[in-house]
Amino acid sequence: MGGTTELTDVTRDEASLRRFLHGLPGVDAVGIEQRSAGLATRSIKKASKLWAIDTAISMVDLTTLEGADTPGKVRTLCAKARQPEPGIPPVAAVCVYPDMVATAKAALGGAPVNIASVATAFPSGRSSMKVKLTDTEFAIEAGATEVDMVIDRGAFLSGRYGQVFDEIRTIKAACGDVHLKVILETGELATYDNVRRASWLALLAGGDFIKTSTGKVSPAATLPVTNLMLQAVRDWHEVTGEHRGVKPAGGIRTTKDAIRHLVAVHEVAGEAWLTPDLFRFGASSLLNDLLMQRRTQLDGHYSGPDYVSVD
Amino acid sequence: MSDRVTVSKTYKLYLGGAFPRSESGRTYPVADSKGRFLANAAQASRKDLREAVVAARGAFGKWSGATAYNRGQVLYRVAELLEGRREQFADEVAAGEGVPAKRAQALVDAAVDRWVWYAGWTDKIATVLGAANPVAGPYFSFSVPEPTGVVGVLAPQRSSLLGLVSVLAPVLAVGATAVVVTSQDRPLPAITLSEVLATSDVPGGVVNLLTGHTAELAPWLAAHADVNALDLTGAPPELRVDLERSAAGTVKRVPRVPTTEPDWTERPDIARLRALVETKTVWHPMGV
Repeated sequence: MGGTTELTDVTRDEASLRRFLHGLPGVDAVGIEQRSAGLATRSIKKASKLWAIDTAISMVDLTTLEGADTPGKVRTLCAKARQPEPGIPPVAAVCVYPDMVATAKAALGGAPVNIASVATAFPSGRSSMKVKLTDTEFAIEAGATEVDMVIDRGAFLSGRYGQVFDEIRTIKAACGDVHLKVILETGELATYDNVRRASWLALLAGGDFIKTSTGKVSPAATLPVTNLMLQAVRDWHEVTGEHRGVKPAGGIRTTKDAIRHLVAVHEVAGEAWLTPDLFRFGASSLLNDLLMQRRTQLDGHYSGPDYVSVD
Repeated sequence: MSDRVTVSKTYKLYLGGAFPRSESGRTYPVADSKGRFLANAAQASRKDLREAVVAARGAFGKWSGATAYNRGQVLYRVAELLEGRREQFADEVAAGEGVPAKRAQALVDAAVDRWVWYAGWTDKIATVLGAANPVAGPYFSFSVPEPTGVVGVLAPQRSSLLGLVSVLAPVLAVGATAVVVTSQDRPLPAITLSEVLATSDVPGGVVNLLTGHTAELAPWLAAHADVNALDLTGAPPELRVDLERSAAGTVKRVPRVPTTEPDWTERPDIARLRALVETKTVWHPMGV
């Protein structure tokens, strides 16, 4: 894949972008699924498990993206994000709709928790570029420190890579220093090859993170898809020397799932990625399970949902 | 028929309405009262137990929310299915407990009758244990018995069917869900009971039957924070105090049960039903 100069060349025009994306090696579907299943059998116990749980907690983007979100619910979420449990450091971020960003900012009151906001006509991405930009600017003005944008899957699937590329570029420019996560919505991309192409497209366009899903489409984050995206950021690092992040979101509800993802991060991307700066979980109910499992490790007996907060 | 090859069975657990192997992959041999090999049973691990509690908790809402009448009908139907397996149960009880065939038959009949007896109680519990309380004001005050939640049951070690039914049926009758650790050395009637339950209308997860070593599983059951009550009938005597202490750590209900197994054929009373309900008292203004 050459060096950085070659990568500048591929984004010169739509034709070279297409040539590059279609020139990426095809994904061995059976291979990636077997590899994921194999990694999922790793047994993580005792001190390693406790470390994995604490690391996973620090990587959670605590999310509420419902039509029924109220300021009260967002404040509750922020309180939990600041201190999931006495003695536990905060989670990485809260993730809310743009109109809730101001509420979240006030509720967090300077705590070291990022505020991620979905934008660009989330979750479908079906609107004009003008609306998407305004959406993003609205979120940033309200205080978002991270923006989770969705790509136009319709454009991607019809092969208009240039359009998707330009959209990400434009949003990235609007973001400035604000962290940009690009949601590929892999559940709608149909093939692993498409996931690989979309990952590279998002990386080329300047996304700081690539994120699997909106959480509104099933299947959401699966292990093979996360593995593919981890391969993409690893290869990106090899070519450019830059570290980009991955965020699986949706469908990760148990500690077991989370630990499987961490194993994949370590084995596929590398140890450098085992930090909230480069790997996140987009989740809501996962945090409670992590807290319960943490207690199980510390108390020596199984905990129950009566002992964690109701979200 | 004599030239047929005997194929010895390896039974599985009954967990969330399905029949999985133990997560640990372990099994242990089950022998009859004279020490002759009967079959292999799955040896549950603490992770199987954890899964069982999750299944029981998941099933609790639907089972406790069903009308008392409906629960009764479901349990009557189980009794019919038990009756249909009479011969098989009698063979297993005779082999496991070392009693003559006739006595085994009588024990199976008593178990079916016991099941019917508890099924009959489902729609009477609220009347007998609940109350319309007299109050000095323009209010109604009601006390209503509600099922306590997930009940951990260490089934009797000696009486493998009648004893099991006598501790399990009251859990189901009040609307609670059960995680049962079966008799360690005599698990076969419990396994057959799980096959009966799987083909009945009892929703998956309401009853979970784990075969295995009681002393290995009991401490995890007693300490599990998501278990609301613990029946220690089949607990090893030397562990009983520790189990009660650890159950107290998460404020479980621990019904008072005799330290040695009682004569299960004796007429039951409603002590077990009473021990597995929580009384909720509500005030309600009149005329609204």
